[in-house]
Amino acid sequence: MSRLKARFAALKAKNQAAFITYIQAGDPNRAGSMEILAGLPAAGADIVELGMPFTDPAADGPAIDKAAQRALKAGATTQQTFEMVREFRQTDKQTPIVLMGYFNPVYHYGLEAFCTDAADAGIDGLIIVDLPPEEDAELRGPAAKAGIDVIRLATPTSDEARLPTILEGASGFIYYVAVAGITGDKSAAASDIGQSVSRIKSHTDLPVAVGFGIRTPEQAGAVAAVADGAVVGTAIVEKIAAGSHEDGTFSRKSLQEVLDFTRKLADGVRAGRQ
Amino acid sequence: MTRNSFRTGPDERGHFGIFGGRYVSETLMPLVLDVEAEYAKAIKDPSFLAELDDLNTHYIGRPSPLYYAERLTEHLGGAKIYFKREELNHTGAHKINHAIGQVLLAKRMGKTRVIAETGAGQHGVATATVAARFGLKCTVFMGAVDMERQKPNVFRMKLLGAEVKPVTSGSATLKDAMNDALRDWVTNVHDTFYIIGTVAGPHPYPMMVRDFQSIIGRETREQILEREGRLPDTLVACIGGGSNAIGLFHPFLDDTDVRMIAVEAAGHGIETDKSAASIASGKPGVLHGNRTYLLQDADGQILEAHSISAGLDYPGIGPEHSWLHEEGRVKYVPATDHEALEAFQLCTQTEGIIPALESSHAIAEVMKIAPSLPKDHLIVLNLSGRGDKDIFTVAQALGEEI
Repeated sequence: MSRLKARFAALKAKNQAAFITYIQAGDPNRAGSMEILAGLPAAGADIVELGMPFTDPAADGPAIDKAAQRALKAGATTQQTFEMVREFRQTDKQTPIVLMGYFNPVYHYGLEAFCTDAADAGIDGLIIVDLPPEEDAELRGPAAKAGIDVIRLATPTSDEARLPTILEGASGFIYYVAVAGITGDKSAAASDIGQSVSRIKSHTDLPVAVGFGIRTPEQAGAVAAVADGAVVGTAIVEKIAAGSHEDGTFSRKSLQEVLDFTRKLADGVRAGRQ
Repeated sequence: MTRNSFRTGPDERGHFGIFGGRYVSETLMPLVLDVEAEYAKAIKDPSFLAELDDLNTHYIGRPSPLYYAERLTEHLGGAKIYFKREELNHTGAHKINHAIGQVLLAKRMGKTRVIAETGAGQHGVATATVAARFGLKCTVFMGAVDMERQKPNVFRMKLLGAEVKPVTSGSATLKDAMNDALRDWVTNVHDTFYIIGTVAGPHPYPMMVRDFQSIIGRETREQILEREGRLPDTLVACIGGGSNAIGLFHPFLDDTDVRMIAVEAAGHGIETDKSAASIASGKPGVLHGNRTYLLQDADGQILEAHSISAGLDYPGIGPEHSWLHEEGRVKYVPATDHEALEAFQLCTQTEGIIPALESSHAIAEVMKIAPSLPKDHLIVLNLSGRGDKDIFTVAQALGEEI
């Protein structure tokens, strides 16, 4: 069984939603990012989304855009992202890691090689935000061969006519983008999210995780009450930005603050189902 | 070459060979599919075509003249040079051709707001113009660096009632403006139409913008037949994204005797890291909704482009051009900032026409090839825009104070 499947099944058995944390690989630098990544599971993260830095993240808001620029400036590469996951896997064999990013660096790496190397490093899934179902066949083949899920996105603009296209061939889980917009912008009402999640779940047995606009433990809890997972990205990335110094260094204290905040969010997710 | 036609692309999924496609976030997909469906209906609707035709004639001032550049021809001493005078269009460039077409589609789709990205400001001005003409709200995204070097156009857009949003991310030029336009579009899908300024972006944009721009080539064909009784030997156009080049070339793609040259901006030279020549220095990749040649590093990160001309300062090129390059139908050559500046001055002094710095790249190529061609060799150069907007940049480059 894949790590993603096992993790969602185990949480479901405990009537818990997955708390999914997003950070950019290499933000603010490799060492700092590695410490955050390694600390996330103990701080309550059930699944880690690891952003692949890209120069032109057109689906992201300013916080994640800046995180990508910080990481790139500090020398982040695709190879480095794989190395970080490999290092993480030395001590954590269970927590699923999903890479999230844009298609060009993946395409440039070579699709076969990317999937093979990603699987070898211990990566479980890929979310490529600018690769809609119409274009993702060339990635899904190599990913399936390597045992990696290609996670599809559903959005408020995914109507009944569109959903079957999204769900056809989907695996891992469905990522429901709760607002029509960029990351870190607006928040959707929990009742709207609940309705949308039920609508998607009436078409698929895959878990549905919700992201975009979840910034506080309370919001995370409200989403956890109606979905199989809650994703927090921008709010964590902003904490990392606040703890990063101009010279690119990242202190113990900053690390602690990021992980403390993550723990509060995790508590919010758990509280949402009680 | 055994291909029957170069004019049948793209396929129904928007691909020109491996290029093109629809690489956008899922939130945008339904809208992109809507644009495609509405466009397919519109171009078969006689009332849409009649309105477009009427505006082309009475608002833009089409057809634009095909002008024999006599003194430039004499000066270079070889091929006979014609200018397709797109700079005489309303707003001073070819960009109005696709802005009019797209705003009619936006109106048809019930959208109340249009957005655009702009580099030199010509597409921004064209979009602000048609938004004013049709009473739509308009926001134009423009790199902060470009706003500085194209001040007259910034003010023009403001006068036309558009909001000009400075873009400070990345290199603060055209590619970053396009990122911000996409961010705005995904946030305002319900009421907003994105008027893309070149033959790039997700399908159907490269095809749609090409169709609206092809009027350049269709007119040229009629005009040269009338003037010379035959088709031209060589077509030359500058290329950033490639809207004016495809507009001139497309109606001639199956005329195998017509040679076509597209001139990329080479900045300080293609051997340097200050260039915007995606075909000469790039590799296939995916950005801004399509697969095409892109300037990128060894890790697939997009590189900043450089050109003296803000309108060519983009690290990619339209997907149909990538395909025409690989098919060998169109030749893509570079011209440097320096060569464009020389061409700018020569055109101004011999013809009394101040060309845009973008178009000056095409003139630079004509300066290289015309002298050694026979006098009965016909060149048509697309004079895609006028250069009034560039006089500050040129003055600075020449060390003059104005």
